[in-house]
Amino acid sequence: MSETPTADLLVILRHGPHGTSWLREGLDAALVAAAFGREVSLLFMGEGVTALLPGQGPGALGQKGSSATLEMLEMYDIRTLLVEEQALADFGLQVDDMRLTVIPLSTTGVADALKDHRLILTF
Amino acid sequence: MRYALLLMGAPYSHQASHSALRFAQAVVARGHRLEAVFFYHDGVQNAARLAAPPQDEPHLVDAWVSLHREHDVALQVCIAAALRRGLMDRREAERHGKSGHSLAAPFELTGLGQLVDLGLRCDRLVTFGP
Repeated sequence: MSETPTADLLVILRHGPHGTSWLREGLDAALVAAAFGREVSLLFMGEGVTALLPGQGPGALGQKGSSATLEMLEMYDIRTLLVEEQALADFGLQVDDMRLTVIPLSTTGVADALKDHRLILTF
Repeated sequence: MRYALLLMGAPYSHQASHSALRFAQAVVARGHRLEAVFFYHDGVQNAARLAAPPQDEPHLVDAWVSLHREHDVALQVCIAAALRRGLMDRREAERHGKSGHSLAAPFELTGLGQLVDLGLRCDRLVTFGP
C-alpha cells in the first residue's frame, strides 16, 4: 500500500451487534460520511467481527438492530469491508462464515489500512 | 496545528470527559488552534444544561462553555445521539412537544457530517471514549 492515504475514512468497529449502541453509532457515522460522498472503508476488529454473522434478529429490547444497516452498505457504496484475521481466529470463525464479502487482514494489513486512510474513527 | 476532539464518554461516569477537557486546555495553552469538540455517543451528556455536580467537583459543562468563550472552540453535538438521550435545545423541544430544553448555546446540535468534515479539515482529530 502507498505511503500517502488514498481513501477518506476508515471506521473501526470493535463491538458486537448487541449489548451497546457502539456498532449502530459507528455504522451511522460511516453511512453519513458515504452519503456526503466520502470514500469509506469499514474495519471489523475484536468482537466487532460478530456483527457480520448471519441469522441475527433485532431481539427483545425493541431496538432495530444493525442487521438491516449492514444490508444497506452496498447501496451507500461502502464496499471495502476489512476484518481482522486474528479476531476471526479468536472467535473460531472463517471468512466464509461472514454474511458479506470481506477482506481478511493480518496485523501488518491492519497497520497498512490505518496508513491508507486520511481519517480514522473508532467505535 | 489545527486540532479537533471527538468525545464519546459520559461525564462523571468515565474519565474520558475529564481527560478530553485537560487535553483541550493543553492544546490551546500550547498555542494550537482547537477548532471544535464534537460530542457523540454518551459524550452528548456533556452538553446537559441542567448538570449540577457537587461544588467541590469540576463542573464539566461550565468548563466546555469557558473553552468556547475564551478560545472560540465550537461545541458541536450530534443531534441523533442527543435526542435519543433527552438532550435538546429550545427549538427541538418545541418541535417534540417537550416542556423544557436541556441544551443551550454555545452548544449546537449538528449532524455527523460535521464530524467527518472536522476530521478531514483538521491536522488531528483526537478521540476520547470510555
